[in-house]
Amino acid sequence: MRGDRVSETAPALKVGIDTSEWTLEGEWTIRRLESCIGEVRSQLARANASVRWNLEGLSRLDSFGATLLWRAWGQGWPEHIRIGEAHRKVIEKVAESSGASLPRPPRPGVLDLIAALGSVVLAVAGHLMDLVRLVGQLALDVAYLFRHPTDAPLKEITANIYKMGVKAMPVAALVGFLIGVVLSYLSALQLQAFGADIFIVNILGLGIIRELGPVLVSILVAGRSGSAMTAQLGVMRVTEEIDALSAMGISRTLRLVLPKVLALSFAMPLLVLWTSGMALFGGMLSAWIQMDLSMAFFIDALPGAVPIANLYIGLTKGLIFGLLIALIACHFGLRVKPNTESLSANTTASVVVSITMVILADAVLAIATRSIGVPL
Amino acid sequence: MSLTNSLATNVEPVIELEGIVTRFGRTVIHDGLDMVVAPGEMVSLVGGSGSGKTTLLRHLIGLTRPQAGTVKLFGEVLLSGSSRVQRARRRRFGVLFQQGALFSALNVAENIAFPLEELGIAREDELRDLVAQKMAMVELEPHHAMLMPAELSGGMVKRVALARALALEPELLLLDEPTAGLDPDRSASFVELIRSLHARLSLTVVLVTHDIDTLAALSTHIAVLADRSIVSYAPLDETMAVRHPFIERFFGGEQGRRALARSRRE
Repeated sequence: MRGDRVSETAPALKVGIDTSEWTLEGEWTIRRLESCIGEVRSQLARANASVRWNLEGLSRLDSFGATLLWRAWGQGWPEHIRIGEAHRKVIEKVAESSGASLPRPPRPGVLDLIAALGSVVLAVAGHLMDLVRLVGQLALDVAYLFRHPTDAPLKEITANIYKMGVKAMPVAALVGFLIGVVLSYLSALQLQAFGADIFIVNILGLGIIRELGPVLVSILVAGRSGSAMTAQLGVMRVTEEIDALSAMGISRTLRLVLPKVLALSFAMPLLVLWTSGMALFGGMLSAWIQMDLSMAFFIDALPGAVPIANLYIGLTKGLIFGLLIALIACHFGLRVKPNTESLSANTTASVVVSITMVILADAVLAIATRSIGVPL
Repeated sequence: MSLTNSLATNVEPVIELEGIVTRFGRTVIHDGLDMVVAPGEMVSLVGGSGSGKTTLLRHLIGLTRPQAGTVKLFGEVLLSGSSRVQRARRRRFGVLFQQGALFSALNVAENIAFPLEELGIAREDELRDLVAQKMAMVELEPHHAMLMPAELSGGMVKRVALARALALEPELLLLDEPTAGLDPDRSASFVELIRSLHARLSLTVVLVTHDIDTLAALSTHIAVLADRSIVSYAPLDETMAVRHPFIERFFGGEQGRRALARSRRE
């Protein structure tokens, strides 16, 4: 019984023995035609003007079936056709909009290339303008807070410190520890070849405290907290939460951006300290196991090998990188337009730009501090 | 008359809900809910906020699965069979989500063409024809084709979403608050559009709505969701006569009486 029903409803095109009468049967709908579309197309392609069409046996015809037929007929009614009134109407509807001039996407020309280049330049200029405006607004907010200390968003700042600082500690510790172990192990192999085991303290101390710690944490935080900040501000824009804040007369920079920037600037040096400490611990552990260099000796030798200025440089880097990451993340978050594409593009841009800027800033700082804290 | 009656009883129902139980934590939303919708009906699902209308609609779409009971569409259990069978079954109904749920990365024409393209049997030029036709069907102008969803007004979003829902010519159309967020004028014209499409495409329609004007203008049947099940499933006149606190509150207000009077006049 079921089988009968299926064969009854499946679309079919029967060509008469004298081949001049073509009979259509069954359901000519998009879902029915899906399974036999190739066959139907090749059959329809053989039709010519002399064919007599019989569509009275059709049980169903939808717009896709009608479109197929209309195109097979060369966008005009065939000379000989028998068709039910309802199905005729369906095809008439298709005929009305067939070849309708839906605007096509324009083809790019030479002018468009120039325009694209120009728009890149303008976009960069726009980003810089917005960033300057954001920094200026933050400066005004800070000045305002000095005059009205009770308006300080302390709750938001502490919440952000917890979210971006405290919660990042486990993963920062893990990454720091492992990097310390790996670095120590690799250095030890080389140093042992020269019998210069003792210099492991210098290499690890200087490398981690001054350079690796701050950069490592920054990359981690840019990926972890920077993307979160951008996405949060972006979704708040999409859901009009930021507009709601403005409507209540609450400054979005004061309440949303400033706490993030201050919190990350405060939390980053601490995170740097924590991660550098864990990396040194990992390095110490590895040196002890591999070279039998006792931990007590390592800790004893560290202050002599690494001048204290390096710690200050490392912490200052943390502060600067934290400021950069928070500013860039908020900048991109506030540029999100209410659609998913824009959200993903801005979050990606936020992370990529923060990491790039951190490494750029690190290079600049390395040059600026090249004569400070390096033992000769 | 007797012929149509006997036909109606033989026809397989489009939707069959049996003993649906839904719980969120300890809150029971539906408790042994039954509902049967016959082909060609235009059913309005009404109920207080939090009564589980949208949840029921999500069960029908297959986005959620009730804790107990069966959801049958077109005589088959919705979430049964291979993934291929399930996909084919899902193509037999279209959904208009409350916010339209247009893909924001695609423009209007691409949004409407999306289900057709997924099916993968139409060619480029046929797709263009079909999209143009769907756009004409929901009364959109051809020059709207290249707009992005972010550039559309609320009413247009609904129209594009409706065109997308109708792209595969479904037998069943599910609408979640079709007129929410539209001004009365646009709301009335959207209701008119749904009604004409219902008549022309021989659709079965289930809509969730709060708006008495919409429901009075559209529905052949009204399903009242209260006390965790369907307390009444009947045409508007009969629903009004049912003695139930929710129904009296819902239809008893000034707006309810006015809408009803208007629908009687028509």
